[in-house]
Amino acid sequence: MISTELRRTALQGVQRPLGAKWVDFHGWELPIQFSSILQEHKAVRAACGLFDVSHMGQIFVEGPKALDFLQKVNANDISKIAPGKAIYSHLLNPKGGVVDDVIISCLAPARYLVVVNAATTDKDAAWFKENLPAAGVSLGNRSDELSMMALQGPAAARVMEAFAPEAVRLPRFGAMEAQLFGQPCVITRTGYTGEDGFEIIAPNEIGSRIWQDLLAVGGSFGILPCGLGARDTLRLEAGYLLYGQDIDDEHTPLEANYGLVVKFDKGEFIGRQALLQQKREGIKRKLTGVELTEAGVPRPGAVVSAEGKALGKLLSATYSPTLQKGIGVGYLDDPGLPAGRAVSVSLHGRQAAGAVAAVPFYKRTGAC
Amino acid sequence: MASPDRCRFAKSHEWVAVEGDTATVGISDHAQREITDVVFVELPKVGRSVKAGEACAVVESVKAAFDIYAPISGTVSSVNPAIVKDPGLVNQSPHDKGWFFTLKPSAPKELDGLMELRQYEDFIKTAAH
Repeated sequence: MISTELRRTALQGVQRPLGAKWVDFHGWELPIQFSSILQEHKAVRAACGLFDVSHMGQIFVEGPKALDFLQKVNANDISKIAPGKAIYSHLLNPKGGVVDDVIISCLAPARYLVVVNAATTDKDAAWFKENLPAAGVSLGNRSDELSMMALQGPAAARVMEAFAPEAVRLPRFGAMEAQLFGQPCVITRTGYTGEDGFEIIAPNEIGSRIWQDLLAVGGSFGILPCGLGARDTLRLEAGYLLYGQDIDDEHTPLEANYGLVVKFDKGEFIGRQALLQQKREGIKRKLTGVELTEAGVPRPGAVVSAEGKALGKLLSATYSPTLQKGIGVGYLDDPGLPAGRAVSVSLHGRQAAGAVAAVPFYKRTGAC
Repeated sequence: MASPDRCRFAKSHEWVAVEGDTATVGISDHAQREITDVVFVELPKVGRSVKAGEACAVVESVKAAFDIYAPISGTVSSVNPAIVKDPGLVNQSPHDKGWFFTLKPSAPKELDGLMELRQYEDFIKTAAH
């Protein structure tokens, strides 16, 4: 039973009549599915889906020293994003562990928006404060006032064309401020599904109107409201990390196979020395993809072994609706395993045959 | 088609329909809704003898695995390969194409301990509160 103490997004009022199943996600009561995880997953791969991701946090970073500050707390090179661009990055602790994974948009010179995970919003805000210079940067944690939705899928642009046509001009990882219903909003061409799509951040007062308008406009394109269940299968197929499950303070981006977000040559940043040392010494474990080569559904915690020796456990694992087989990722003790290497995976009461697989498991065809 | 009003139901949400000395077993419409999209089914071996209440099949959705229990004791006489190939049949047709296995009952009297449709419907309503 769901406790009454759970936090609810501003959109729940218009979601209740849609008949969702609800779950507790890090203290938020969120829909796991509206119609069916499989149908929602397919809608996003073939047409379009709409997600309420208002549980995610928004921290605005502004001021003449904003870029210097963001460079210090990010592994990625934030100087690479000019106004109108967004970037995916990891915040690191001094040991090189991941404090959070974030998307940062540059909205104007010296004005940035950091979108953080729900469970880490307070932790990130505290981490930012701890590392704030004496002057020149102001932080605004506006997570409680803002709703956020993700419109995802190959038809997302056509739905957006009918809703906010100016946003369709955004390139991949483009970001803009826009007025919706007379209120200041942020729209980015980003997502967590492996498809084209947009994320819309808007004041809570207009969240429900945006949600309902997008569903209405998207009706002729096959849009479905989607829950956390499909969000998880979509992101895992696309090779995206789930903070708190695949990465945390104890694992580095290099171990997570996300070295591409670490820019060693941009100058000093928190965690750089630890990562340089780890790079010199060589990583001992790596987040590795595994697929089942027989029927079955792997679950988080499944032990992966090769030639009778346990290599590690899967942290994220599920049935892949697109590939129609079991997939998962976990830190395996041998970072050099080639794709195709046979492994064994512990399932519900048995051992299933599997193989090391390239991540992402799924890549969309066509480009944006 | 094992029409629900001809079935008996277990508290663990399996149905059983007996004709002669063959008992067909599946899961209820309520159960398939709760489980949501079935993506994998594991069935017992033909010839296995099972006791009432014994876990003898597995159903998996995207999110979780569920044990399926024998509603009465008996020997497994056949299984439904169609739901292994197309697990979605369990959702689409729980009382017909989505049946799981048949048993040759060893203690037919056990049926008396199972619920009729109306009792089962009341049981679901009560269990939901």
